[in-house]
Amino acid sequence: MSNIAITVNEKRCLIDATPDTPLLWVLRDILGLTGTKYGCGLGLCGACTVHLDGVAVRACQTPLGSVGTKRITTIEGLSSDRSHPIQRAWIAEQVPQCGYCQSGQIMQAASLLAKNPRPSKEEVDEAMSGNICRCATYQRIRRAIQRAAGQNA
Amino acid sequence: MVLQAELDRRKFLTTSTRTAGALVLGFYFPLRGRIQEPESGASLRIFKPNAWLRITADNQITVLLEKPELGQGSRTYTPMMIAEELEVDWPAIHVEQAPTIPSIYQGLRTGGSGGVASTFTPMRKVGAQAREMLITAAAQQWKAKKRDCRAENGTVVHGPTNRRLGYGELVEAASELPPINPDEIALKPPKDFRYIGKPMPRTDVPSKVDGSATFGIDVRVPGMLFAVIARCPFFGGKLQSFDASAAKTIPGVRAVFPVPPLPRRFNTAGGVTIVADSTWAAIQGRRALVLKWDKGQGGNESTETLRKLIVERAAAPPTFVAVDRGDALDVLAGSAEKLEASYESPFQAHATMEPMNTTIQVRDHEIEVWSPTQFADEVQKEIAELSGLPLDKVIVHMTLSGGSFGRRYQWDYAAEAWQVAKEMKNPVQLLWTREDDMQHDFYRPYNYQRLSGGFDDRGNLVAWSTRVVTTPISGSNLYTGFIESAVTLKDPATVAALEWYGADIAPYSIPNVRLDYAPADSIVPRSWWRSVSSSYTVFAKECFLDELADASGRDPLQFRLDLLADKSPQAARLRVVLELAAKSAGWGKPLPKGRARGLACRSGESCSAQIAEVSVDDEGAVRVHRVVSAVDCGIAVNPDGVRAMTEGAINFALTAVLSGEITIKNGEVQQSNFHDYQVLRIDQAPTVEVHIVPSTEDPSGVGELGAMLLPAAVVNAVFAATGVRVRRLPIDPKLLKRSHPLSTRGGD
Repeated sequence: MSNIAITVNEKRCLIDATPDTPLLWVLRDILGLTGTKYGCGLGLCGACTVHLDGVAVRACQTPLGSVGTKRITTIEGLSSDRSHPIQRAWIAEQVPQCGYCQSGQIMQAASLLAKNPRPSKEEVDEAMSGNICRCATYQRIRRAIQRAAGQNA
Repeated sequence: MVLQAELDRRKFLTTSTRTAGALVLGFYFPLRGRIQEPESGASLRIFKPNAWLRITADNQITVLLEKPELGQGSRTYTPMMIAEELEVDWPAIHVEQAPTIPSIYQGLRTGGSGGVASTFTPMRKVGAQAREMLITAAAQQWKAKKRDCRAENGTVVHGPTNRRLGYGELVEAASELPPINPDEIALKPPKDFRYIGKPMPRTDVPSKVDGSATFGIDVRVPGMLFAVIARCPFFGGKLQSFDASAAKTIPGVRAVFPVPPLPRRFNTAGGVTIVADSTWAAIQGRRALVLKWDKGQGGNESTETLRKLIVERAAAPPTFVAVDRGDALDVLAGSAEKLEASYESPFQAHATMEPMNTTIQVRDHEIEVWSPTQFADEVQKEIAELSGLPLDKVIVHMTLSGGSFGRRYQWDYAAEAWQVAKEMKNPVQLLWTREDDMQHDFYRPYNYQRLSGGFDDRGNLVAWSTRVVTTPISGSNLYTGFIESAVTLKDPATVAALEWYGADIAPYSIPNVRLDYAPADSIVPRSWWRSVSSSYTVFAKECFLDELADASGRDPLQFRLDLLADKSPQAARLRVVLELAAKSAGWGKPLPKGRARGLACRSGESCSAQIAEVSVDDEGAVRVHRVVSAVDCGIAVNPDGVRAMTEGAINFALTAVLSGEITIKNGEVQQSNFHDYQVLRIDQAPTVEVHIVPSTEDPSGVGELGAMLLPAAVVNAVFAATGVRVRRLPIDPKLLKRSHPLSTRGGD
């Protein structure tokens, strides 16, 4: 074990874990940030999506030792009051059902809009196709992203 | 017959869990909770008219919810029903999950799409009772006549003087009153509804967009440890030996010990558990285990052997004849034109996004459980029985669940968590990895149906028969003497009830109908999967009906309408949804080149028709562009909830049509994660349109409805597009390649 420094939601944290520990379990089991979800452990479902310097990554495929000085943002740090345009759009479109995958969906969508403020339907589908929702809220996810894109403009 | 079958199914669900009445009527007389509830301090500052409602002096209104929230909206529709009669503003209401006190809360469960229907009247009474007591308290305070007072937006108003008292101000006085019998209070007629029937925002959505919603997997208890189990991968097999020496060297691993299989109704596989400081350490520890398994009696089963058995059973004598109207077999034998076809669909996994897990703290004389379950009362009973503690010493917190689709009707994972936690001083969270979840599910039964239809010499469809063969849900308990043979089960009617429901062709008017059932044995655990048997019986029935329409040269819509010409109320309801779906989807109108439509409908407590619009590419890949659904579910309590459930159910079923399939080899599941059990992703998801039939009838369920119809609607559309009849799911694209000999698309 060794102490590894990372920055999560603008807070500096010293983590006592091996460098190969996936960031997902550091967030959930050590830091108690349970908004980031475990879904598959293989980067197949997107439930664990967080941002590294604003870019969506799968926390289950991100070893602690690879993070370095990059800023980690989790769903808890996206906004302090659900005011991010994606969160507002998610509420307006009533996207979640069970809600389990939605942290990952929201982080993926926020990353998409940061890069591409006005994505087409095809670009939305492409960017979001790594995030599984078994309740299949897909149609509302599309609508919410388009709504948020309008707000961004 | 259809309704009787549904009642049988509900009865089975109910009696099988040893609690009477819970799903159908399932609710207590609201007075009772007040009488029996243990007193907590300062009760005068909180008005508790009954066990489901709390109003504080500062106007906080809390609803205690019995139904779990699995995504279906119970935390929204329940407070809507209460608020409707209580006359309060929506934002004033908070929702909490009711505790496991079986003497008061007897419906800590949901299933069978029964949540809304079973709570609609009781929950409105809960609100009405509180309102009447608050009005009485205000009238007494004003020394006014009660009939001059009314409730309005969380206040009581004295009409003649316009005096007002907020509910909070009446808490103490109302608490002193004797309870008012809610059965003597008239409930609002639908025309006066203020919330019911309006699309209300879900109460749980804010917590689901900021990461604060607590699912089972998110439970954190001071000092807790994390565990996984290496389960026997062979159904019916067992642990032979294990070597934990390497596992114990993994940093963070605290304990390694064997966990025996549990011979309970919902069995567990048994294996070796690793308890550690973190989930990751536990997973690493499990990887380091050296394990030897005895394959047991299921070691020879594979999907191929099962298919062979199931086809044989389709020709075997039935164990149960479910429907025998007229003389179907003789009429079929003598009919002018006869058609036969067989339909088949495989095991399906639930694959909820939140894998199974439960957190348990075992103390000296008490056990505390946090579980994402749809059956908290059964979890409580199970752990009380296993531990020998009295029921009231087992506290179960029903957390939010990350999907269920029927999976959380089993409490195997909670029982396993107890097996692990009882050996530890610390609380333990047992987590199933995705692989565990995929390979130790209780799968939708494997099923095969052989259908026959016969026309008379004037082209009337006069006879129909269906043989349903499945690996039935009953008899799938591996550990009570290997497996109770489904073929020799003592109560064939009960076995069949869960398997053939949905196959009856009523209310289609066909004079001679025979429907029978034969089971096939399998080692694979089975259980309820969103829409249960209707997920495959409606598929076969509605596809075969299309085959008959085509054989007689008639339009699939008109063919159905002609069979629904009689005056029965069910036929009339079905005509309404068929015509609404057809009109909304533009049935019969031209489509862009390469696209085609398919139709399916279903009549039950809720009625629906669906029209799918598909295209098939040169390689045979099917794309579903649009699904139009018409729904008659009585009063749509939360219309946006009905839409959300329908959108979800349609897409859930689409996984089973396009890609989902669990296969078995040498007694073990071959799929392990989302790469080889591919579920629907956003780029495959159709646009779904939901049209709700206005109604003042009591509500009925929609959680499963959309899933029943989608397979047939898509497969019928694929036929319209290609001329190829797909009779096995998931669709094999090879059958639909443009170059395939059956395809009629060669020329366009």
